[in-house]
This record gives sequence, structure tokens and C-alpha cells, in this order.
Amino acid sequence: MSTGNVETVAATRTLTFARAINEALAEELRRDHTVFVIGEDVAEAGTAFKVLAGLVEEFGPERILDSPISEAGITGLGVGAAMTGMRPVVDIMFGDFLTLVMDQLANQAAKTHYMSGGKLNVPMTLRTTMGATRRSAAQHSQSLHAWVAHVPGLKVVLPSTPADAKGLLKTAIRDDNPVVVIEDKMDYAVTGEVPEGELTIPFGVADVKREGEDVTIVATSSMVRVALAAAEQLESDGISAEVVDPRTLVPLDREALVRSAQKTGRAIVVDEGYRSYGASAELAAVIGEGAFWGLDGPVRRCAAMDVPVPFSPPLEDATVPTPELVALTARELCGR
Amino acid sequence: MSATAARAEIGAEPALEMYRKMNTIRLFEEQANDLYRSAKMTGLTHLYIGEEAVAVGVCSALRRTDWITSTHRGHGHCLAKGAEPSRMFAELLGKEAGYCRGKGGSMHIADHANGNLGANAIVGGSAGIATGAAFSAKRRGTDEVAVCFFGEGALGQGLVYEAMNLAALWSLPVVYVCENNQYNEYTHYLEATAGEICARPRAFGIETVEVDGQDVRAVYAETAELVDRARASGGPAFLLANTYRYLGHHVGDVDRAYYRSKEEEELWRTDRDPLALLGGWLEERRLARSEDLRRIAEEAQDEIERALEFALAAPFPDPAQASEDVYR
Repeated sequence: MSTGNVETVAATRTLTFARAINEALAEELRRDHTVFVIGEDVAEAGTAFKVLAGLVEEFGPERILDSPISEAGITGLGVGAAMTGMRPVVDIMFGDFLTLVMDQLANQAAKTHYMSGGKLNVPMTLRTTMGATRRSAAQHSQSLHAWVAHVPGLKVVLPSTPADAKGLLKTAIRDDNPVVVIEDKMDYAVTGEVPEGELTIPFGVADVKREGEDVTIVATSSMVRVALAAAEQLESDGISAEVVDPRTLVPLDREALVRSAQKTGRAIVVDEGYRSYGASAELAAVIGEGAFWGLDGPVRRCAAMDVPVPFSPPLEDATVPTPELVALTARELCGR
Repeated sequence: MSATAARAEIGAEPALEMYRKMNTIRLFEEQANDLYRSAKMTGLTHLYIGEEAVAVGVCSALRRTDWITSTHRGHGHCLAKGAEPSRMFAELLGKEAGYCRGKGGSMHIADHANGNLGANAIVGGSAGIATGAAFSAKRRGTDEVAVCFFGEGALGQGLVYEAMNLAALWSLPVVYVCENNQYNEYTHYLEATAGEICARPRAFGIETVEVDGQDVRAVYAETAELVDRARASGGPAFLLANTYRYLGHHVGDVDRAYYRSKEEEELWRTDRDPLALLGGWLEERRLARSEDLRRIAEEAQDEIERALEFALAAPFPDPAQASEDVYR
């Protein structure tokens, strides 16, 4: 298994996803006094998911700001602060609330650098969540990353491991553009190895999470774990699956996806966004355009069912891709 | 005499400077209208004629290092904050020499060097940005102040109230300047605005003042008080400036009889014109003679003509630049 972000054999620790994010923020807050965090219940409560627990104790309420329930207002404040010398990290509790901040993100943050002919810029990071199966129903479970990835001017980051979550978030905070970092809320307790010391991961560099020969599974966010579980199942059938994680949708490492698909001759995209007009469609199109003559069959997709996320557990579970579905799709593609 | 009234007793030099700036804005806008009507300029443009005293009065109370955010009707704010007419015309015409290299156009001119964070074509869309600039000014330990210009139409947008709440909670140095030009596009504001406008900011505990937006001295004096207060950590303020948009919502809105009368328009032009009011005051106080005022107008006309010549002659950007500047 390759871990493209860990170049040297650095000592590692086992951290949860949440702890890795907390560490990234603490390090950047220490490093750069223009960084601040603003969001609903980010201070004493440490967010609804406890990801930011302890930060207000170290950095104080001037830099870890509990805000009113005003998603558009705090995002707008972030844009203005970023335009004038600060590096805000805006915390939007649920990705479903992207709908509330969309004007400030899509019409303001994303366009400021371009509309001003390059004179103004918005070095703002907006952290939010995605992912179903938390039994949170239709307005707290969506994966809306395609909405922001569709707007030029925004960068979009989907970490799938604690190490990636840390390294990509630190890169986001240092980036001079607006960056939307979307974490799967079901991942916060997931553990993984995180290198000691400084860790930044460049945007636009996909990571091969598992090497294989017969089929490429391009997966995003928590779907990387689904893809890896599917790859385990496929191994017992004698199918060798390669799992590629783009890590950032914008910028996208097109070459890595195409290269892997050309190598295996088969490709599946697994993404938790809605299937129709979603990220899986764009990723499949990139592979189709770039690797068509090297493919043995059509690029297949596993994505969220095109329905509002239902509450009832058996209903909700039926709407998201599972390792079994991905493995079945791979076997079909391989003619097994 | 109150402190504000004393401030309105400005001397000849600042008053003549305000007179010059208002002339520049009026002539710039008349020229922009001609450019559109003679098909030399494409797209949408919203003219500020009639409202000059608000931008000039407010910006005369600001430093170059103070911030403003502006609106789709933003040429006046931009000029009042120090922009050059030549590069503004170039932007209106989509030329590379424009403030935004032709990528912004009339509704998006930004002039960072003079503290203008940009015009905004989303009504009320800059309320958060101005509030964020004020937050940043405070956090960076400066005494900069931010001014958020918006029309009374923005009073219908929720973001404005979210931003005012944040500013009041955290005592941010921001002045919200509501330019009530009487019309939300083609609808009189009274048909779209419940209750009292000033009661809204006051509900947040924000210092609120109403001013005659045609009287540049009064606008300047009230703004100076509010800006000084904000600069001295006194918190946010709201200035309601009552004014009038002489022309249509945009350059193409020529036939306006269905929503307002010619008599109403004529009344504002003859009785409430901001240039005539200041000119009359200058002459009455013997701070200027009519020939001095005429000379100022002629100089402004020359400046506008030279600026326009520059912009008309300037080259368009290379189409290859379309893909530049998306990211820094």
C-alpha cells in the first residue's frame, strides 16, 4: 500500500480523524496569528462533534469564536476578513447548511480574485461535513461536495484518512484561495497512522490507497474505506483491485485516474454524493475521456441513491454504496 | 451648536473639493449613459446621478486606509474613494487597462489600493464582507473603519441583519450606510418595507442616524461623527441617507411612468439637487463665486473627456486571459 504523503519513514502515531484535524488547527493557529476559527459552538462545546475540543483553552475566545446561528453571516465575515489580511477557518456544522452559505461562497469568495483582475483574494478555509448513515434524516445527511466543486474559484478537499485530514487541512489554511474541506462525520472516530511532526499534503495529488491489476476503484472520502473493504472481498475471488483516492476534487489529479484505469482496463467510481449530476459523473467522464481506448468496458458508478436521505435505518442503509455493491459491480465488470 | 452641526460648517477648501468630486461623479455617469445609448458600451450599468452627496459625504470622512464595500450602483462610491475615471471607463468598456483587467465590469469594480473591496451585484451581498473587514481591522490591531454601502432594497435581505447582529455583538468598527433612493428597482420602498427603517438597526443596539442625503455637508458631518466613534472602539453605526435616483434602475430603464411620475423626478432635480445645494451654500457664504463653480465643472468635464479618450483607445484583453486569475 502506497501512502504518497509520507515520503520519508517518519515515526507515526495512531490518531483518530477528529484528533488529526484538531492537531492541524492547533499547529496552524500557533504558526500564524492571522488564523482564527469561527462557527457555531466551536469554543466551549468544541463543535457538535467535539472535533475542536480544547482549542479555546489554548487560543482563547478571540481566536476560537462561538458565533450566532448565522451561517451566511459568518461566512461573509470570513470572506471580508480574508480579503483584508486574515486567514479564517469557518466551521459549518453540517454540509446540508452549505445551502445557507451558497451566495457567500459561490458569488463572493469564489469570484473575488477573478472579478478583481487578481487584485483581491480570499484565503479562507470552510470546513463542513458530509455522509449519511448517522440516522440524522434528510437535512443532516447529504453529501453536497459536487455543488461547490461545480463553481470555479473554489478548491474542494475530501480527506479519507486521519493523515490526509491533517495534511490537507494545513495546506488549505495556507492556500491563498477559498478552500472547502468536507469531512465525513462518520469518520471522526476512525483511527489511522499519522506521521509525527510537520505534515502538509499538496492539492491535486491523488493517492493510491491499494495497488491492483484488474480493476481501478476511484473512491472519495469515506467511500475509500468502502472501496478497500470491497477490494478485500474481491481478492478472495481472485480479482486484484486498485483503489485510488483523488483527495482533492478541485484541483483534480486527472492523470493519476487515467493512468490507473489504463493500467487495469476497468474503472468504477464510488462517491457518496447523489448519483445524478454528481462528482461520480465528473470522475467517470474524466476516465472515459482519458482512458477510453484502454478500457475493456464502460466506467461504472456507485453513488448515493437519488432520494432525500430517509430516516428509517433499513431505508437509509439502502441509499449508500456498500462494499458488497462495489464488489458486485467489480465482478460484473470483470465478467465474473 | 452641536458637534455635528459644527462639523457641517466646513471651510472653503473641503467644500470645494466635495463640489469637485460630485461634479466628477455626475459627469462620469452622464458619459456612461451616453456610452450605453450610443452602443459603445455593452451590458448592465446602474447610474448614481442624484445620489452623489452620499458617496462624497461619506468618503470625505474616511481615510485612504479605511475600507468600503459597494453596490451594483457603485461608480460614485468608487470615484469618491479615490479611483481614477480613466481606469474606471476602461473597466466599463471591458478593456485590459480597467481596474479589474476587464473581468469585473461596471458592477464589480474593486480598487484595493484605495480601500475599495469591490462593488457587489448581489443586493446586500457585501454586508458580511464589510463586517469581516471591520473584524479584521480590529483583530489586526489597526484603527481602520469599514463602511458598507447598500441601497434600501437590501433591507429585504437576511444577511444584512445577520451581519449587523455580529457587528453589534463584537463591537466592530463598521458603518452601514443605507442609501434610500426610494425605489427597490421599479417598486417604491414603502411597498416593500414594513415598519420604520431606523428601528431595525436600533433593535441591535446599533447607533443610528438619519440624514438628508442631498446635503453633502450634513452627510459628511454625520458620517465623521460615526466614523470617529467606530475608530475609537465605540462600535458599529447605521446611517440612513435619504436620496433620489434621478434616472432608471439601470441605463435601459427609460420609460418610468408606470412606477413614478415625471413631476416627482422634476421636483427632486429642481429643489433637491446635491450639486446645486452645495453650490448655493458656497455662494451664499461667499466661499466661492459662480465663476469658480463653473470653472470646477469645466475642469471636471475636461478630466472626464480625457479619461474617456484613454479608455476608448485602450486595447481589449487577449482572449487567452479568460482562463487567468481563477486562482491565485
